[in-house]
This record gives sequence, structure tokens and C-alpha cells, in this order.
Amino acid sequence: MLEFLNPPMHFPRMSSEHMDVRYVANLARIDLSNEECETFQGQLDAILGYIETLTDVDVDGIEPTAHASPVFDRLREDESRPGLGQADLLRNAPESALGQVRVPKVVDA
Amino acid sequence: MSLSTQSISSLRQQLTSGDIQPSDILDSLAESITSQNDSIGAYLSHDLDAAKQEANQADLSQPLGGIPIAIKDNINVKDQPCTCGSKFLDGAYQSPYDATVISKLRAAGAIPFGRANMDEFAMGSTTENSALGSTCNPNDITRAPGGSSGGSAAAVASQTAIAALGSDTGGSIRQPASHCGVVGLKPSYGRVSRYGLVAFASSLDQIGPLTQNVEDAALILNAISGYDSSDSTSLAQDVPDFTQGLDQGVAGMKLGLPKEYFGEGIDPSVREQVDQAIAGLESAGAEMVEISLPHTEYAVATYYIIAPAEASSNLSRFDGVRYGNRVDQPDDILDLYRRSREQGFGPEVKRRIILGTYVLSSGYYDAYYNRAQKVRTLIRQDFQNAYQNVDAILSPVTPSAAPLLGSDRDNPLQQYLADIYTLSANLAGICGISVPCGKVTSESGSQLPVGLQILGPHMGEQKLLQIARAAEIQAGN
Repeated sequence: MLEFLNPPMHFPRMSSEHMDVRYVANLARIDLSNEECETFQGQLDAILGYIETLTDVDVDGIEPTAHASPVFDRLREDESRPGLGQADLLRNAPESALGQVRVPKVVDA
Repeated sequence: MSLSTQSISSLRQQLTSGDIQPSDILDSLAESITSQNDSIGAYLSHDLDAAKQEANQADLSQPLGGIPIAIKDNINVKDQPCTCGSKFLDGAYQSPYDATVISKLRAAGAIPFGRANMDEFAMGSTTENSALGSTCNPNDITRAPGGSSGGSAAAVASQTAIAALGSDTGGSIRQPASHCGVVGLKPSYGRVSRYGLVAFASSLDQIGPLTQNVEDAALILNAISGYDSSDSTSLAQDVPDFTQGLDQGVAGMKLGLPKEYFGEGIDPSVREQVDQAIAGLESAGAEMVEISLPHTEYAVATYYIIAPAEASSNLSRFDGVRYGNRVDQPDDILDLYRRSREQGFGPEVKRRIILGTYVLSSGYYDAYYNRAQKVRTLIRQDFQNAYQNVDAILSPVTPSAAPLLGSDRDNPLQQYLADIYTLSANLAGICGISVPCGKVTSESGSQLPVGLQILGPHMGEQKLLQIARAAEIQAGN
């Protein structure tokens, strides 16, 4: 798993070089069949090629827009309020036990 | 006249006079769904008994009292499925709560009835990316209804819904409304709470109505708008009565025609219908002004960086742990994630998650995501500049009428490019509406609807609806 913490260095520029679809799918935690991987490779290369048109735009000194709302960092009083109960939250869980969601063992003893 | 074919205001008159009961409307809808849903496929599911129980309690004194409304299958309604058109959630999820728009509709007396089909997780423009069923265009069943709110649009167009809710991230209400021949409104960013809408791209998503006419859209917007402490992006602004002043016309208004939206690429027959609608508004007293939105050509590229980036983050919640699909016998937790997601997601969703993960990844963030956010600023400024001089902007909704089912399925880039007229409104956060303005004849002789898009400034819905009503009158509806 450590290799994901240290991704290979890339130059910070747009690039028409191939995206390594299987590598990125792994970052996104999606398994892909060989066939799907190959199909996506061609399609994503075409999309990335098109996206290159953004390099034509002069963005010097332009502030980025994260969203189009005039509201930022809205806070509320830090007080408890009613929410969904344990039973409601667990009713869609694929596996649960002892009032908790159950998953395969994550940490070795 | 069958109740399922009538507008909200017409049904409301009969309900308040006691001539009909809410259950009569539900029966009429259930009958049309039974006769039509096999061929059209607008609904993934509906629960008549539950709706009838609710209808008995409906407060008829409220503005939408007794009116059933179809709900896109990505909006949570307590105790109903919410599949998002995905195998990931099909048969594996029941909503434990109501979305805010649903609580608000109920408070206004409306009855959520039926789950409308959609492109999986709202990613697509034909509804063909639904993993759970296909939806046809009621005007020509060989054609797509548009998307991603294709089920909502097809339900209203086939008169199996009085009205519907959809969601619009890059045109997903306006485009299917245009293709199906109904009214579709995307409110301004912040107008309507998204609490309980399954998030696709949070800086772009809005919920809005698809209706038979402009007045019905105003009635639903009245009910669903307003500040909600559960969605920090919703705005604490007064909600006016959007039905007020609808018939005041457009005399003296200045309407902008962006030259970039009327260039190459638009089908001449679609252009003809849009031009006629523009001429109609001109004859009703509006002044037409040519304007420029110079960064239009970069909207598709900007959108297809920002939307997948946000989607890759939002859809990480579908990991097979707390709800939805979980693979049998996983080797370990990573195997559980990877294979649950491989099984549960369709190709377009995987493609966009991978694209989004890539543009956010170390070393590429500045080149893609950060640059796209800067171009988004320029696109937004284009609109702000335009609204200095005009009340609203007129344009086509799509470059061509509804496509044949199955076209461009293997060429996602080609499909993305057709979103050119609708994406910018989401990037800029402004409001927009599609109003039916005419029909074109297809190669096979069918009549395909065309919509006129009207784009108003942020929080400018009142005037937007007024212009839309004038366009509706000019189109003879």
C-alpha cells in the first residue's frame, strides 16, 4: 500500500502523455477488467486531449472560483441537535453486528 | 379530460372546490403509468398505496395540496428506494430520511409519487447510462428523452406525472425538458437546498422542477426554495411569490443574444425554431441586443475537469461499507472497496471518477483543476458583464433535437460537446429555464420538440419566469 503514499513525480503541466488508467483506477479504488481499461484509455486520452484547449487561456492574476455562492464558511453554534438514530443508520448496512457496521479485519493484531 | 393531463393550477381548482379528491389524481396517474410505462420507461418504481395513504392526510388548503409530484431517483424520500439509476444502490438502499425539498413539498401539501429514471448518478445526457432501465422520448420512442433527468421529463411529457423534480449539474433539467417538450427550470446556486440530493458535483448541483407550463414551475419553486441550515450553500434570502407578475410581459426589457451560442454547430432546423421564439419576444416588445460571452469555447473543458473532480470525491462514499453493494467474500478491506465499486458502477461513472481522480492527483492539480477554476472565474465574469446591459440571455438549449437511442454511445467526448449551451449556467451559478418553442421534423417524420433557453442573473428567477411565460404565450401554449 505504501506505493500510493509516494506517487511518482510528474511535471506540473498539462500533458498529452498517456494517463496510466490502471494506476489511477487503483487510486480511486476501482478494479477494472483488461477490456474496460483499454476502452477507457482511448476515451480518456481523447478527453484529456480536448481539455488541453484550456492552456490557450491567459489566467495570470485570475483568482480561482471554487463555487458560485456569495456565502463562505458559514458556521453554526456548536450544540447538539437531533439526528438519525443508530437503527436508521444501520438499516442499509450490508453487514452489521453489535450495533456497528462490520468490515473485514483492517489491522493485524 | 383525464386528470393526469392537467396542470397543477387546473387540478388545484377542482380539489379546492371538492369536485375531485387527491386519490382521484393518483388513480388517473396509476392508470396512465400502467398503460405507458412499459413503452416509455419514465419510472423505475412507484408505490400507489403509500401515496394514497399520504393523499388522505394532504392539507388541501396549502398551495400544492393534493398534487402528486414525481421525484428523480437521486432525491431521498423516507422509506423509498433511491437508486440513482445505479446497480450500486438497487435493492440495497432505502432512504432513512426526507430530502429538504421533499419536506418542503410535503409541507406545501404535495405528495411525492414515483421514482423517475436517470443516468447513473446523474452522469449523462440521454438517460441511457441508467443501469436499471431504458427510457424513451414520448415524442418518438426511437429517440432518447435527454438526461440526466430523462425520466422526470418523459414522465411529464407522457402525462404520467403532473410535474416532477429533477437535478441539474450541467443541463440535466433543461436539456431533457427541451428534448421532451416540457418546461425545465434550474434555479440559481443557493436558491434550493440540496440536503438529501445524492451529490454529484457539489459546486454545480441544483434541484428544480420539470412541468407542463411556466406557472407550475413557479408554484413548485415557491414551495422548494429558501434557506436550510442543513445545506450551507443555501442562501438566506426572502422567497418571493414567483407566480406574481408572471403575465407582465417583456415590453421594454433588453434580452441578450450571445454570438458564441449562434455560431457553427447548431442544427439549422433547431436554429429556425429558436429564431422564431426570439422574433416572438421581440414582437412582444423586448429589445434584442447582440452580446459576447467570450470564454464560451472553454466551458466544456472547464466543466469536464471540475465536475469529474468533485464527483470522484463525492462518490468515494460508495465504498460498500455503510450502504449499497458489497462484494461477497472480500480478501481484505481494499479488495472490498475495489471490487464493490467495480461491480456497482457503470462505465460512465467509472470513467468520470478516474478522470476526476487524475486531475486532482499530485503533480496535475495545478495544471488541470486549479486552471479550470480560474477559467471558471472568467466564464462567470462574462455573465456578470453581460447582465450589466441585459435583463436576460436567450439561446438554444441544445445544438440539435433529441438523438436516436444508441448514438454516440462509445464516444463520450462527442456527447460532452453537445452540452455547450447549458454548462456555463452551472459554472456561473446563474438560473436558467427551457421553454418549449416549436418542433422540428426528424428524418423518420416524427415531430421533435425544441426548447428556448433563457438565462437570468443569480437569484433572478422572478424576471426569468416572467420572460419564460411571455415566450410560452408567443409559442401558443
